[in-house]
Amino acid sequence: MSPLVPRKGERFTIPGKYLLFILTIVCISLIVVSFNTDALSKPISTVGGFLVTPLQNGISKAGSFLANRKDNLDTIEKLQEENQKLRSQIDELTIENIQLQQDKYELNSLRQLFELDATYESFDKIGARIIAKDSGNWFHSFVINKGSLDGIEIDMNVMAGTGLVGRISDVGPHWAKVLSIIDDNSNVSGMVLATSDNLVVSGNLKLYEDGVISFDKLVDSGDRVSEGDKIVTSNISDKFLPGILIGYISNINKNSNNLTKSGLISPAVDFEHLEDVLVITRRKVNSEEQDQ
Amino acid sequence: MKRFLVALILVISCFVLQTTVFQWISFGGIVPNILIILTSTYGFMRGDKTGLILGLFSGLLVDIFFGSFIGFNALLYMYIGYLNGKFHKVFYEEDIKLPIILFVCSDLLYGFLYYIIMFLLRGRFEFSFYFTNIILPELVYTILSSLLFYPLFLLLHKWLDKKDDRRGMRYV
Repeated sequence: MSPLVPRKGERFTIPGKYLLFILTIVCISLIVVSFNTDALSKPISTVGGFLVTPLQNGISKAGSFLANRKDNLDTIEKLQEENQKLRSQIDELTIENIQLQQDKYELNSLRQLFELDATYESFDKIGARIIAKDSGNWFHSFVINKGSLDGIEIDMNVMAGTGLVGRISDVGPHWAKVLSIIDDNSNVSGMVLATSDNLVVSGNLKLYEDGVISFDKLVDSGDRVSEGDKIVTSNISDKFLPGILIGYISNINKNSNNLTKSGLISPAVDFEHLEDVLVITRRKVNSEEQDQ
Repeated sequence: MKRFLVALILVISCFVLQTTVFQWISFGGIVPNILIILTSTYGFMRGDKTGLILGLFSGLLVDIFFGSFIGFNALLYMYIGYLNGKFHKVFYEEDIKLPIILFVCSDLLYGFLYYIIMFLLRGRFEFSFYFTNIILPELVYTILSSLLFYPLFLLLHKWLDKKDDRRGMRYV
């Protein structure tokens, strides 16, 4: 008799291998559907957010409190050492600061001259706290505690301090997933601030250990780009607002095709100790519509 | 019904632990994978069907929050739960060797498949790097944390079994 047909008086059960087969097909179709469309993300993320996010929110608050306490104890000795070093640094910095202030006045006057006020002070931002990080060790995405009800939408840019962290890749009512720029499948179109040369910044799991990300496809025929140059998001990116600081070039090499250059960037954001982020509530697509 | 509720609570609490508390105690950015331990434990303790369904739910949870598409982790965890369920017949509660071996195999299998599908297919060929920097540390850390978590799951399993015995629901 076929195992799928129950005998009389027996409870109807599906044998494991049939169940496995059915669910495999279900999973594969889910993969195909979610890979090609985003029809699934909304209902599922709502359910998931309802169940899990409040828990994550509470626990990560408590967890960060405890971790902070532990870190406090660990670092007292280190801090004393550091304190001495920092004191001597203060003197150096004061001198440097005076110089920089002079530069700043110059910059301000130049800015007024060129009417360049498109820096990111003008963007509206929402502060959010990171409540969960990727459960595996392969990718670097995380979840923040603000969602669509707080006005967050997919593809909004996320910053921390002055640097770019990533963009929103998924959103639920009270949470949103951030794909960071150091994530292995993230690519950002960037620009060298000094020379306006375009390049592509991509995250790489292998380089992540050294705290750097890689860039490629830099056309720099005049050899004007050098180490230490600032990289910002470029005008031609369709997801990222222009002019947000990504990081500084730490290493630059000529590619074997002799046309383009590649190298490494140290990001402006410390991704190891990220706790609070800012979400820019203006999307690139929106702002273009507004301009027109 | 009670077993279902316990399993659901376990899955959610393990997932929450893994994404929050464990991030604070990670060594060099590596987090133990206790969802694998849970799935595997349920597989060999309760049989292939339970392992399969529990794995599916754990994987789905991971997919919803962190997957780039839904269903991939669910598939991996489901197969791990199912394969572990095949060892249900040779599992004895007193034996610690089999669970540990199964945890090692499960985590390795997960690591390998994840690497092949998410990295190798995108042209990241440096397998030795990923093995020594991601898969191996995760394995060691997972096994260490399993020494803590497995006895808990075992206690819970025994407690539920005892309850069923008392009510005469077993062997009927």
